[in-house]
Amino acid sequence: MTDNTQTFQFFNRGPSPAVRLVFFAVLSLLLLFVDARYRYLESTRSALSVLVSPIQRLATLPGLLWQQAGDYLATQHSLVEDNQALHRLHARDAAQLAQLQALQQENRQLRNLLALPQRGELAMQPVEVVYAERDVFKRKVLVDKGADAGVQVGQVVMDDQGIVGQITRVYPWLSEVTLVTEKDHAVPVQVLRNGLRTIVFGAGDTSQLSLRYMPVSSDIQEGDMLVTSGIDGIYPPGIPVARVVKIERDPAYPFARVTCLPVAGVDSHRHLLILSGPPGLPERPAQEPAATRNPKAKQKK
Amino acid sequence: MPYLASANPEIQRPVSNALIVFSVLFALFLNGLPWEGIWLMLRPDFVAVVMLYWCTHKPLRVGIGLSWAVGILADVADASLFGQHALAYTLLAFGGVALHHRLQMFDLRQQTTQVFFILALTYAVYALVHWQVNGYVVWPYFLGCLTSTLLWAPLSLMFKAVRQMRVDRE
Repeated sequence: MTDNTQTFQFFNRGPSPAVRLVFFAVLSLLLLFVDARYRYLESTRSALSVLVSPIQRLATLPGLLWQQAGDYLATQHSLVEDNQALHRLHARDAAQLAQLQALQQENRQLRNLLALPQRGELAMQPVEVVYAERDVFKRKVLVDKGADAGVQVGQVVMDDQGIVGQITRVYPWLSEVTLVTEKDHAVPVQVLRNGLRTIVFGAGDTSQLSLRYMPVSSDIQEGDMLVTSGIDGIYPPGIPVARVVKIERDPAYPFARVTCLPVAGVDSHRHLLILSGPPGLPERPAQEPAATRNPKAKQKK
Repeated sequence: MPYLASANPEIQRPVSNALIVFSVLFALFLNGLPWEGIWLMLRPDFVAVVMLYWCTHKPLRVGIGLSWAVGILADVADASLFGQHALAYTLLAFGGVALHHRLQMFDLRQQTTQVFFILALTYAVYALVHWQVNGYVVWPYFLGCLTSTLLWAPLSLMFKAVRQMRVDRE
């Protein structure tokens, strides 16, 4: 009983392209909404990453081969030079380390005398960058350790010179590091010279950082070193983050424009360290009287 | 028979599924090469161009659903939001399927102009989603749209040669 008024189709081709377009577009929008708002899909993402990661690993091969070829063809002269330079550096670092240990001991005793809590030792986990995300919008890299090595979201990543970023997503064998230069990525810092506390933000499109909301009159100079302040409970205190390179003080604006460059080789280093476990904030004071708590809460805002 | 008179008779030639799958995987591989800085901005979206090629040349085999699935894989590879590439590639595939009759009539130069508009739409949708979620747009991103368009002609010729080889062997 075919309906002769309709165009006859030899083959059943399913729904028309327009219907499919609407269906898949709505499905995509739904996924977008769920992923952006609730982050329910992380397990699906890990499962699919198992499919994609062989391709990603394969894509890093040409770079690796190029590097290995370079290593193989390194001349003896350059190796000897490198070796000498490393020896010099090692001798200098050993002297500094001895001094540091003495200072650490002294600091521990002083802290004991003043009844301050001791600073914890930081355990570290070396990792290697396997893949930088190919998206102009983002500054993220993937490193070669994941949930199987006990990596957790929120851990801090640094290289031998300073803070590189933070773990933001963990896959079974890989984890994703958001670099400090990512747009709006914030690190609480203080100026090493005078202890001034502030927050440094990534600029996103360049490899620069910036300090926002610094009053024009604040005591900050070009060349100042910014180290982590450690008051957030995520970044351990005293690790170098950035150096101030340019300050523009325009009296027309309440805040100065402060541009900084990261200390660590954020875009260049292959070998990084994951600091194991955020140190965590000290216990909150038990119960404050209501009278003193309210004004404090207002001050914070 | 309009097909026989068309400028691209190779459209009627058979394509094995293996070629389609391999080309898509290879495009994902090319997208994943270590592009950096300005090269990343100029990198054509190989996956988008390959999907568009198959959508216009084999619209009954490679369509909107498959493009959506490839988009999800691209989302995982790029760690973009789930559905961001998928939405863009869905529109790309629709553009390809809707215009495939017209593209079959055109020569490469005319095809390139048509392809540019489809790719521009794809790029715009991707940037729009990013703008909605994160509140800013990186304008040099759209350079990739131009390079992707330029990739259309060499890619078409390459696939034509590959498919010609298959026909000759048979």
